[in-house]
Amino acid sequence: MHDRGGRPTDAPIDRSEHELADWELLTDAVVGTLGRNGLMNVDELRRGIESMPPDEYEHASYYERWLYAIETILGEKGVLAPGELDRRLGK
Amino acid sequence: MTYRVGTRVRVADRPHEGHHRTPGYVKGKTGRVERMHASFTNPETRAYGANGLPAQRLYLVGFAQRDVWPDYRGDARDRIYADVFEHWLEEAE
Repeated sequence: MHDRGGRPTDAPIDRSEHELADWELLTDAVVGTLGRNGLMNVDELRRGIESMPPDEYEHASYYERWLYAIETILGEKGVLAPGELDRRLGK
Repeated sequence: MTYRVGTRVRVADRPHEGHHRTPGYVKGKTGRVERMHASFTNPETRAYGANGLPAQRLYLVGFAQRDVWPDYRGDARDRIYADVFEHWLEEAE
């Protein structure tokens, strides 16, 4: 999903604010730390988000998209092995 | 090529596979240079792990809303602004 801006829609704009959950704050912190340690820059983060299948992108929240990008980019770089996250999460 | 404030510029309307930050809705449109922000590393190569050098100048470009959206029904003076890297710009006649 890339360059979504300007596409017509009849859907209302959701202007509601919500409290960030702990996992969202953690995701933000992880991305900050990956950047400071030279493991993933913001442009890689954005490319990772853009690589999401359009349907998944549409249904994901802001930080869910970040998580997708972290797993994608770190997987590409071999920092995460294939399936490593799922194994650690006991899936 | 450096563009001065006030220069009429056209955004290149070229296909570009891969990550880039030029919004599709301004490609091929003509606007006015409002400001030169600074030079920044290039996100088009940084997105693939490169260092983004050489840095590219980034401009604030203003467009008439009516030039960008054919069906725009707001005020004719309304404008829309986008940050566009220099290598996406060409001087408009």
